[in-house]
Amino acid sequence: MSQLQAVNDFVVKFANVNGSGSASANKLFAQAVLRMGVPATPRNIFPSNIQGLPTWYEVRISDKGYMGARGGTDLMVAMNPQTWDADIKSIVPGGYLFYDSTRAIPASKFRADINVIGMPLTQICNAEYTLSRERQLFKNIIYVGALAALLDMDTDAIKGLLADQFKGRDKLIQANYHALALGHSYALANLPCPIGLRLEKSDKVGDRIFFEGNAAAGLGAVYGGATVCAWYPITPSTSLAEGFTKYCERFRKDRETGEKRFAIVQAEDELASIGIVIGAAWNGARAFTATSGPGISLMQEFLGLAYFAEIPAVLFDVQRAGPSTGMPTRTQQCDLLSAAYASHGDTKHVLLFPEDPNECFTMGAEAFDLADRLQTPIFVMLDLDIGMNDRLCEPLVWDDSRKLDRGKVMTAEDLESGRVFGRYLDVDGDGIPYRTYPGTHPTKGSYFTRGTSRDRFARYTEEGAAYQDNMERLLHKFATAAKIVPGPIRRDAKEPTRLGAIYYGSTAPAMDEAVDLLTEQGIALDILRIRAFPFSEDVERFIEDHDQVFVVEQNRDAQMRTMIINELEINPKKLQRVLHYDGSPITARFISGSLAETAASLKIVPLRKAVS
Amino acid sequence: MTFLPKPKLHHPKLASNALGFTRRDYEGSISTLCAGCGHDSISAAIIHACFELDLPPHRIAKLSGIGCSSKTPTYFLGNSHGFNSVHGRMPSVLTGANLANRELIYLGVSGDGDSASIGFGQFAHSIRRGVNMTYIVENNGVYGLTKGQFSATADKGAKNKRGVPNNDEPIDMVSMALQLGATYVGRSFSGDKTQLVPLIKGALTHKGAAFIDCISPCVAFNNHDGSTKSFDYVREHNAAVNFLDVIETRDEITADYAPGTVEIVRQHDGTYLKLRKIANDYDATDRISAMNYLQTHHARGEIVTGLLYVDPDAEDMHAALGTAMAPLNGMSDEALVPGNAALAKLNASLR
Repeated sequence: MSQLQAVNDFVVKFANVNGSGSASANKLFAQAVLRMGVPATPRNIFPSNIQGLPTWYEVRISDKGYMGARGGTDLMVAMNPQTWDADIKSIVPGGYLFYDSTRAIPASKFRADINVIGMPLTQICNAEYTLSRERQLFKNIIYVGALAALLDMDTDAIKGLLADQFKGRDKLIQANYHALALGHSYALANLPCPIGLRLEKSDKVGDRIFFEGNAAAGLGAVYGGATVCAWYPITPSTSLAEGFTKYCERFRKDRETGEKRFAIVQAEDELASIGIVIGAAWNGARAFTATSGPGISLMQEFLGLAYFAEIPAVLFDVQRAGPSTGMPTRTQQCDLLSAAYASHGDTKHVLLFPEDPNECFTMGAEAFDLADRLQTPIFVMLDLDIGMNDRLCEPLVWDDSRKLDRGKVMTAEDLESGRVFGRYLDVDGDGIPYRTYPGTHPTKGSYFTRGTSRDRFARYTEEGAAYQDNMERLLHKFATAAKIVPGPIRRDAKEPTRLGAIYYGSTAPAMDEAVDLLTEQGIALDILRIRAFPFSEDVERFIEDHDQVFVVEQNRDAQMRTMIINELEINPKKLQRVLHYDGSPITARFISGSLAETAASLKIVPLRKAVS
Repeated sequence: MTFLPKPKLHHPKLASNALGFTRRDYEGSISTLCAGCGHDSISAAIIHACFELDLPPHRIAKLSGIGCSSKTPTYFLGNSHGFNSVHGRMPSVLTGANLANRELIYLGVSGDGDSASIGFGQFAHSIRRGVNMTYIVENNGVYGLTKGQFSATADKGAKNKRGVPNNDEPIDMVSMALQLGATYVGRSFSGDKTQLVPLIKGALTHKGAAFIDCISPCVAFNNHDGSTKSFDYVREHNAAVNFLDVIETRDEITADYAPGTVEIVRQHDGTYLKLRKIANDYDATDRISAMNYLQTHHARGEIVTGLLYVDPDAEDMHAALGTAMAPLNGMSDEALVPGNAALAKLNASLR
């Protein structure tokens, strides 16, 4: 039988039962690979449940640095009998199955074209430990030890991580070392170590960090100067508010008095969350909420108010598969339309699309400058894939000379100097008016904020001309937004091509890899990563430069494509849908497969063949 | 309809307060509510209270939801920032505003539809959190702007203008506020200015969630026979438990009172609440007995008014959160942004 051979380039998948403590052991494995200098990208695939249901942890190991989900499993660590059949099925031919052989499993339950490695984990645990909790937890560490032997890994990396994790608790460190050694020595003595999949020390990780997108966004909010956070718990956004809390406790608490330079309110619902954010931002504090699709739906009415009354607000939308409760623990990019055009009446909102934790941090901070600068809600569109997984990314940096941009705010001195203040008066020609914070001046600069129509001086009016004047200015402001939001990033193929692809957010790593796969097939592709809405002119130019443009996204209805057609008045025939929306992260194989197929059906001859 | 400014002329001998402001400086634009609307009397009482307390108008933020009552902030405190927000959502907007700057005075104005129906949840949770605010519900038992539908505070059996009775149980906002932990609770009647003005003054000086339910008859849709929120009905059934004076210093309390007739309560900001008792058995500092009293007298068909409860040592939301004394909206970049060195350290821990 064939045995898959690979060094630093394979996929290991752990099938576990949730609540069994496997998550930390699996993360330990991924981190150990990283410490060996080999890029590894884990993805936690989990149910909407606390205990007892299947959960998977997939680690993509790639010396080339590919971080997208790949599809298929090279080594399955099958620890969950409930999902056995499906797990066995997902192993690629010649791949490996590692399982607990304490109880005999009938031969019919295996496949002939895979390599089976059984280890009596439960038996080893029961012989070693008496407490049931210990048996459960150390079983996880024992299999990590066995994997280290099977993959020819350096156990020093694992030991170092354990020492860091349990710093100051020597007893725990020793207990974990013991379990690790138990698994490692058993495997060396009894199993065919090493197998065809091996790990070797490398230098491909560099100074990159391993961080969760939600935590990074929460940290970004700290650096962006947010002082008020109002939120309502909802998967997969909860760890964002928790991240903000954690970093505020670390960085914003007075060492002597314990006074907090932040306020976090767990609101009664999403309506109150956004209401609190709008009230705080109206009063001059930087404020945000973290939510997911259902929360955005609940906030619609308030978002119209913030748009129309021009109040800054930042919303982190960690997207999950909808509609309704949908698949709350699975990823999608499906809230673009409901965010971009949130609320009744004519509205448009600014959206940012981070690709990884590094951008979750930078955009998380920048969103607050944009909100104050543009005096409007800013959505940072994460998704579960980057929000709730640890991902390798560039280290975080901050320019200490950078000042928070509070936008156009008139002070008491400005008002005293006789400058004209009209809350909705466009003084600078960019559509952005000046505002005052409540309490600024005893007799000047106060105004009434309302969701009803008003004139340039914030005076209530139902005159059609004044209403229209204001609506036009809001459009003008949106055009200004297109110039100051993060621009798209274009990467052209080495040779000229008529094919382009547009993508955004968490699709980035799969797209990067897909380009390489297509290049191998002789298909050259220019790519453009959209980082914000409204679109910069560069998006239009990119589409003009190509005969066919694929829009790659993770939703059913091609929401980004709709927005491009709607906003840029592009001929829909020019934009091909590439849609992945089963709740799992998009893969390079899926993208390259669909693109190649569509390219063939469009009778687009690869350039290399056409010229040869 | 457009914005109607009021003429600035006033009588040369109009009295000024300690800040040199006259009553006129606390006014807003001309009311566009119906002539004789109870809400206009409440606006006048707010103006009166702020004037007498010598409050700088620009240090007050007035917030409201949607409805007739929520329109009124336009008609008072023209030099204050105002926010006419979303139906039923004033409490969350006010909560956020308060978090941003704890130094301003927050006045929330709402109605019975705004607070007892669509915004019941936000009303409840803002009270629970102990937001430092004065929350006034201008309670007329009907939806005025949509022409006379019952609201959730309309009494069961009360009749609308066409004679159709209300079948649903009413929500008693005062009982709710007490149960939810409001630390200053009053009820009054828009037709009784002498009772209402001091109640508002006490609420404005109270630190914590102060709630006032002010019955305010709707002259257009709820002032007929068969209504339990009409001027006549409220006057006939009003059962005041006490009469309040808010005084700035202890020295002003000079008279000797017969034992058991007056209660003096010192508030957090140093002001004193002098309560002249009308119902001898009523103790405005005992929450449980206040709740019992309200239920008992409600069953008798009485509308209990006055300062119903006060906890002079109340703490507010900021105390619970441990927020800095300085307003969050005025903090410098240095106070908020940890800087690159902190990031470098964090990066090192993430490898």
